[in-house]
Amino acid sequence: MIVGEQKPIAEIMKLLGDAQKVLIAGCGTCVTVCFAGGEKEVGILASALRMMSKLEEHPMEVDEVTVQRQCEWEYIDPLAERLGEYDAILSLACGIGVQAMNERFPDSITLPGLNTTFMGLTEEQGVWEERCQACGDCILGITGGICPIARCSKQLLNGPCGGSQNGKCEVDPDVPCAWQLIWERAEKLGKMDQLLEIQPPKDWARSRDGGPRKIVREDLRLDTEATEAE
Amino acid sequence: MAEEKNNGYKSGSNLEKILRAGHFVVTGELGPPQSADGSVIREKANLLKGVTDAVNITDNQTAIVRMSSIASAVLTMEEGLEPIVQMTCRDRNRLAIQADLLGAQALGVRNLLCLTGDHQSFGNHPTAKNVHDLDSVQLLQMVKAMRDESKFQCGDDIKGECPRLFLGAAANPFGDPFEFRPYRLAKKAVAGADFIQTQLIYDIPRFREYMKKVVDMGLHEKIYILAGVGPIKSSGAARYMRDNVPGMIVRDEYVDRMLAAIKGIPKEEKAARRQAWRETGIQICIEQIQEIQEIEGVAGVHIMAIEWEEAVRPIVEGTGLYPRPTVE
Repeated sequence: MIVGEQKPIAEIMKLLGDAQKVLIAGCGTCVTVCFAGGEKEVGILASALRMMSKLEEHPMEVDEVTVQRQCEWEYIDPLAERLGEYDAILSLACGIGVQAMNERFPDSITLPGLNTTFMGLTEEQGVWEERCQACGDCILGITGGICPIARCSKQLLNGPCGGSQNGKCEVDPDVPCAWQLIWERAEKLGKMDQLLEIQPPKDWARSRDGGPRKIVREDLRLDTEATEAE
Repeated sequence: MAEEKNNGYKSGSNLEKILRAGHFVVTGELGPPQSADGSVIREKANLLKGVTDAVNITDNQTAIVRMSSIASAVLTMEEGLEPIVQMTCRDRNRLAIQADLLGAQALGVRNLLCLTGDHQSFGNHPTAKNVHDLDSVQLLQMVKAMRDESKFQCGDDIKGECPRLFLGAAANPFGDPFEFRPYRLAKKAVAGADFIQTQLIYDIPRFREYMKKVVDMGLHEKIYILAGVGPIKSSGAARYMRDNVPGMIVRDEYVDRMLAAIKGIPKEEKAARRQAWRETGIQICIEQIQEIQEIEGVAGVHIMAIEWEEAVRPIVEGTGLYPRPTVE
């Protein structure tokens, strides 16, 4: 899932500027699961903003809404009618949700209330860690299911750097060395040979290149189907 | 092809010639300044000249901005000392690295040490974006193909002179996973490393164990292995390296000897303590080199005495490795 973290309230207040009527828009998917931008967090933030506005003598009316998924048109379209009355919308969705709102409702301004931090998993209640950087060319098949792109500080493809000690990364004694994990896994599976082959330079063009990456599936496109039928 | 042009040498550097002739090599380390003051390089070069066969010129070492290693290498050559340019994968992508190596060749550089690079969080620009387009193994492969096949990484031909570099890499016998380390060394040999410099050794039994594995794998016949050593400056430095430097193992005996060195010297007699520490640090280093010379498969030593270049001469003289050989 996508994991996010709420921005500090002072930064949110600054972003909102002199807006007097604000809608906080939560998202019912990833950020609900990571307790950053679901219905409950929307409610808490709304109360905090109301209190701040009183304390700072800055009148602000704050309304709340949470949609199932802010990154899909069909879930945000029903908001269209009511957005006109707000000076600003504060989205507690990930960066995709914030952009979807701005794209769909260009007459309103939607501001980010979260910092979208990573794609990861819940290690335990209250602890999330990154697992994927969407590099576009998955190598988990040769690294025993442990990703060195997301988990090695230097994104190394041919083994650990010199800073790996006692299973930890040189960057932080609390961070496991991804290559230690990969090696242990290979030993367990008896697949050390795979790690002795030299991995060639990665094709980063599939990772972060000119403009946004895009996938087009002609077999799924509705308008293409219609065109072909004609 | 490249070898024919160079009388059978890959680059024809002094380092390569001395290794090929079978002499026990001594390399040193020269850290460029955090300023544009070229005199710093010249002074250090003169301390290392004559007692080392070539010196590493660090590349933004510990992720702190310093004078470029290629520019510093040119100043070093002007003083009559051969540089080994260090190149990390942290700060440059494959375009920038190849462009710099074309320039390095044109300026007379003949040795290159290919490194991953310390993480930027250790340095003075911790908010910088790191590159790591290639890793050190891929970097070796790329530069080898530039030299031996006249190819850029993309496969295009280099039309005209190619970088003819004697290629080095680092190895850390003390990093984990320990069992993987000799295999990583093998990967570097396959990728194109001609020589290896190891991390600072303060645990000779473990280094011996590592070398045994390396010799069993026959790697010492494919690449020249230079053991990394360095004089310890003080008991505090020994303790710091033991407790705080990732990827280092320092045996307690070294910390104890450095502590014993100042026994009986009052704390306020700073100069006397410093003198005692330095004498012991140099003595330990000499003994270490003598021990390392006996280990099968070791082709030389790499003496790292950063900001204490004066120590290299007494160390080299103390081990009987002075004067340095010349090979035509």
